[in-house]
Amino acid sequence: MDSKEIGSGSSGADLLREIERLRSEKEELESRIHLLEAQIKPRGAAEKDKSGSCSLSSLSCSQMNGATISGLSPEMIHRYSRHLLLPDFGVEGQLKLSKSSILVVGAGGLGSPVAMYLAACGVGCLGIVDSDIVELNNLHRQIIHTEAYVGQSKVKSAAFSCHAINSSVKLVEHREALQAVNALDIVSKYDIVVDATDNLPSRYMISDCCVLLDKPLVSGAALGLEGQLTVYNYNGGPCYRCLFPTPPPSAACQRCSDSGVLGVVPGVIGCLQALEAIKVASAVGEPLSGRMLLFDALSSRTRTVKIRGRSPACLICGENAAFTREKFQSFDYENFTQSPMSDKSSEKLNLIPESSRITGKEYNEIVNTGEPHVLVDVRPIHHFKIAAIPKSMNIPLSNLEDKLSTIDSALKQAAQDSGKCASLFVVCRRGNDSQRAVDYLSKNGFPSAKDIVGGLQSWSQDVDHTFPSY
Amino acid sequence: MTEEPKDTCDMIGSQKTNPSRDKDLAPYIKIKVLFFARARDLTGSTELCLEMPDGSTARDCMNKLLIEFPNLREIYNSMVLALNEEYAPESTVLRNKDELAIIPPISGG
Repeated sequence: MDSKEIGSGSSGADLLREIERLRSEKEELESRIHLLEAQIKPRGAAEKDKSGSCSLSSLSCSQMNGATISGLSPEMIHRYSRHLLLPDFGVEGQLKLSKSSILVVGAGGLGSPVAMYLAACGVGCLGIVDSDIVELNNLHRQIIHTEAYVGQSKVKSAAFSCHAINSSVKLVEHREALQAVNALDIVSKYDIVVDATDNLPSRYMISDCCVLLDKPLVSGAALGLEGQLTVYNYNGGPCYRCLFPTPPPSAACQRCSDSGVLGVVPGVIGCLQALEAIKVASAVGEPLSGRMLLFDALSSRTRTVKIRGRSPACLICGENAAFTREKFQSFDYENFTQSPMSDKSSEKLNLIPESSRITGKEYNEIVNTGEPHVLVDVRPIHHFKIAAIPKSMNIPLSNLEDKLSTIDSALKQAAQDSGKCASLFVVCRRGNDSQRAVDYLSKNGFPSAKDIVGGLQSWSQDVDHTFPSY
Repeated sequence: MTEEPKDTCDMIGSQKTNPSRDKDLAPYIKIKVLFFARARDLTGSTELCLEMPDGSTARDCMNKLLIEFPNLREIYNSMVLALNEEYAPESTVLRNKDELAIIPPISGG
């Protein structure tokens, strides 16, 4: 959880209780609103479905009320008229779309525009799967969610927005993480899968699952100022593993929560994913199979490169592939990729001995008692500019080697000012880089350097609740 | 979709770094290399030009890049290599003014 309540001591706890009480009141009011809404729901409106079924039988009856020669109801003709006016799309495209079922995996930066457009354009059944909770720092890019849903299920929030856009679309809420154990069951209920996840193990898992169940996979990714888009396992095209049989090392797979992302970039890629999903569902145009679109936001360039075809040697979709559903369900994707299935869980390094570490609370004591010391913040400079502990000194980890003399003179200055020996402390965002720094410092003339366990994240949680988290 | 002229990118492997070669004896070709995603972080650039002996393959080109940027080894086993915007095996022989793109996967979203 990156979002935190600001307050301190008992008043903070009181505020939390009050927030909890208001939330439960809000939940109750919402369910009453839903009940009332159901009574005035327009004819043909589909139910939001939490059972996980995506059968379209009831839907085709309700949507076809007052069917015309086209097979579309007057209501549908009016709503989708701009689609129907497209000679290349027309009634046929819209009918195919209304009979299709699409699963969106991930209701985040990519999934937001995907789900909204797929609901708006009138797919028959839209499934959304995610186990995450909406956080304030999601809202700059995850435009399907609103402030009112911070702290609540992303899937619930996304379904609410989709229902508000188009109540005739059948929505299925999967409020759980898609994993090897449940993926076959969930994915098998849909015609098309959209990968809008934020991590490498999920990407391999979803691709493998789509190969096993023979589902086209519309895959998008975004990070920083770049995006990538491909349709896998479609029309004889490759799967994710044909392209990347060996996962990149975890260091190469950066996450939005570490590296940042400009909000519109996943928005652009998500819109293109919706477009590709619509093309596959309606059998219109040339979907991006066997090609990869690269989007560079900084230079406003897009490039489409032809990628390799299906690899005969692919372990999953190749000629001699022996990958079964049983193997899939027991395959450890996190171990395979050496990275977690969540954008948030962070690696906890244990590089240095306990004796070389102090907690945020202990450091606070040192500050309060006026013990002479130097605090080195080893985050990159653009992190330091966001927020920093007063009087800390920014020496990014990458420059540490060249700045040892700076640290030495700062320590001497602190000792001179106080007449006592000064200690050296190191802090970073989460407490991993600070350990790397202390490890280096201890071997290079600063044997008593210590790091602050859990970094600024713990500082904000345990000591200074007003310190911003990011 | 490459808008800028071919020879504006930074050059590596030119006479400055390769003083012994004689332009008149061995014919050289110029290759434009494009970096994407993590490859940009690792090399610190989006594109550069390489001078390669005539007859060089995409693999030769990669080997030269790995000497220049040893960090690139991190993504070497998991990337798409595209020659003139098309998938190419590493054994493909390069021609003058070819464009080689190094595309590691992005996983964020």
